[in-house]
Amino acid sequence: MAQESNYLVGVYEDEDVLLKAIKHVRDGGVKIHEVYSPFPVHGIEDALGYRRSRLSIVAFLFGLLGTSLALTMQFGMMTIDWPMIIGGKDYAPVPSFIPVTFELTVLLASFGMVGTFMIISNLKPWGKPKLFDKRITDDKHIVAVDLGKNDVDEVAISKLFQDSGASEVNKKTL
Amino acid sequence: MVEEKFEFTAKTKKNLFIFMGVGVLLTIIGIISVSMGGGHHELEGDAGHHAFHWYQRVFANLWINNVFFAGLSLVGVLFFAIQYAAQAGWSAGIKRIPLSFGAWIPFAAVLMLVTYFVAGHDIFHWTHHDLYDVDSPGYDSIIAGKGAYFFWPLEAGSFPIFFLGRMVIFFLVWYLLFNKLKQVAYEEDSISGTEKWYQLRKLSAFFIIFFAVSSSMASWDWVMSIDTHWFSTMFGWYNFASWWVSGLALTALIVVLLKDKGYLKIVNSNHIHDLGKFMFAFSIFWTYIWFSQFLLIYYANIPEETIYFVERWKNGHYAPLFYLNLIINFFFPFLVLMTRDAKRHARFIKVIAPMIIVGHWLDFYLMITPGTLKSNGGFGALELGLMFIYSGAFIFVVLKQMAKAPLFAKNHPMLEESLHHHI
Repeated sequence: MAQESNYLVGVYEDEDVLLKAIKHVRDGGVKIHEVYSPFPVHGIEDALGYRRSRLSIVAFLFGLLGTSLALTMQFGMMTIDWPMIIGGKDYAPVPSFIPVTFELTVLLASFGMVGTFMIISNLKPWGKPKLFDKRITDDKHIVAVDLGKNDVDEVAISKLFQDSGASEVNKKTL
Repeated sequence: MVEEKFEFTAKTKKNLFIFMGVGVLLTIIGIISVSMGGGHHELEGDAGHHAFHWYQRVFANLWINNVFFAGLSLVGVLFFAIQYAAQAGWSAGIKRIPLSFGAWIPFAAVLMLVTYFVAGHDIFHWTHHDLYDVDSPGYDSIIAGKGAYFFWPLEAGSFPIFFLGRMVIFFLVWYLLFNKLKQVAYEEDSISGTEKWYQLRKLSAFFIIFFAVSSSMASWDWVMSIDTHWFSTMFGWYNFASWWVSGLALTALIVVLLKDKGYLKIVNSNHIHDLGKFMFAFSIFWTYIWFSQFLLIYYANIPEETIYFVERWKNGHYAPLFYLNLIINFFFPFLVLMTRDAKRHARFIKVIAPMIIVGHWLDFYLMITPGTLKSNGGFGALELGLMFIYSGAFIFVVLKQMAKAPLFAKNHPMLEESLHHHI
């Protein structure tokens, strides 16, 4: 079970205000834990200063694993373990192996990517989502700050939230 | 946005003429070396075959370039039409570049017809009259059965009116639709509002439907009929895929080169990214089509079908090019364009796009040469020279067309959307 920590949560009504608020809070030297919104907000990754996702590298590696697995399996079965002539082809008919190789590459790349994504974003079946505010599924945007990971004190963060147009500031322990 | 007009400078023209001059020189060197018997297989002793002449190799190469560049000009117009039919906004700033490819259509038509009348007999086996004559020793019942496709309504073996009629009608309709699209598109420079956009969308739909049918039939006529006995039901798609990805590569290449020269300020790395994705995706699409055709034939192992790949893959003469074709057109773009950075940076596009274009020229070389020249084919100065001449002329015509109007319409209703394109 993960350690519980204290969060300060700023609630915003409008995505434009939210984008400006993120910038304001970050300029104040505060590290943001996460931002939640009921719909995708354009430009939010840039505002949060996120680096590009490395998920595509994971996909490539899983794809590579699929390719090698498929080729090993087919050559192992058809060429090494039990050589058989099928349809007049030789023991290592590379063109006939391509469809299976392709399928396994795609399968492992996509499963690997989805699985990795679910684990890193805490969407695994046994994962407990951190719900800072129920209204994020309806009409509110929130900015959550982990107090334990920030040097700026609570009052100053609260002021940063309010100055940037937060409609309320709540404290939450999760 | 400020209107931008491309200037076809004297320097660019000079460079193109030098390029074509090199092409002429290479062609002459090539012709000399082929006719002097620098080639091989001159010892064709069997009576059934005609002796090989150097001009046959010139004819085959003319045909490769005719087909390749005619297709390139068409897919340019197709790209333009698809942008309207799909109501795409991102491409508003670059649409006129592929549209300009269409300026080659009339040249392609004339060149193709002239080449047919001069060289048709040497390129197309089915033009030989004795194939259709039951009493002659050269009678071929399979080709005679296909006679109507070329000669209808005339008697098989006479004048191929159906074949030529198709060619003329296709070129005529393509040209008329291109002209109309171009004319309406250029009106967007002066007339604002969405009226022209809707008109273009309707015209584009006509073009796409006509192109879908005609390009497929054209590829049977111009390319598949060379190997008259052989057939593939995927051939139309296969040719289209090859033309289309080279057209996308050429569009991307011209866009990044224009940007280097300071044009197209409306284009940012997101647009380049989209063009890069197009090249990446359709290189894979081409491979998919190519491989689907190949695998079915390989696996079924029916002699009348496998002969096509026996002539190309198992013939030492063409086998290296056969593998090279796959390396340039699949492995290279697939591995290089896989990362996001490669698709977004002009540096990569400038390397990969020419490779794709040359690669697909090679694809057409492999479709046409083994059927026309058998083992007398080769790859040397002659091939390069004619390709240089054609590509120089093609680029000249395209750039001339591009200089006629602003590079994008300042009244295009989706220009604003394109300006803020972000992926």
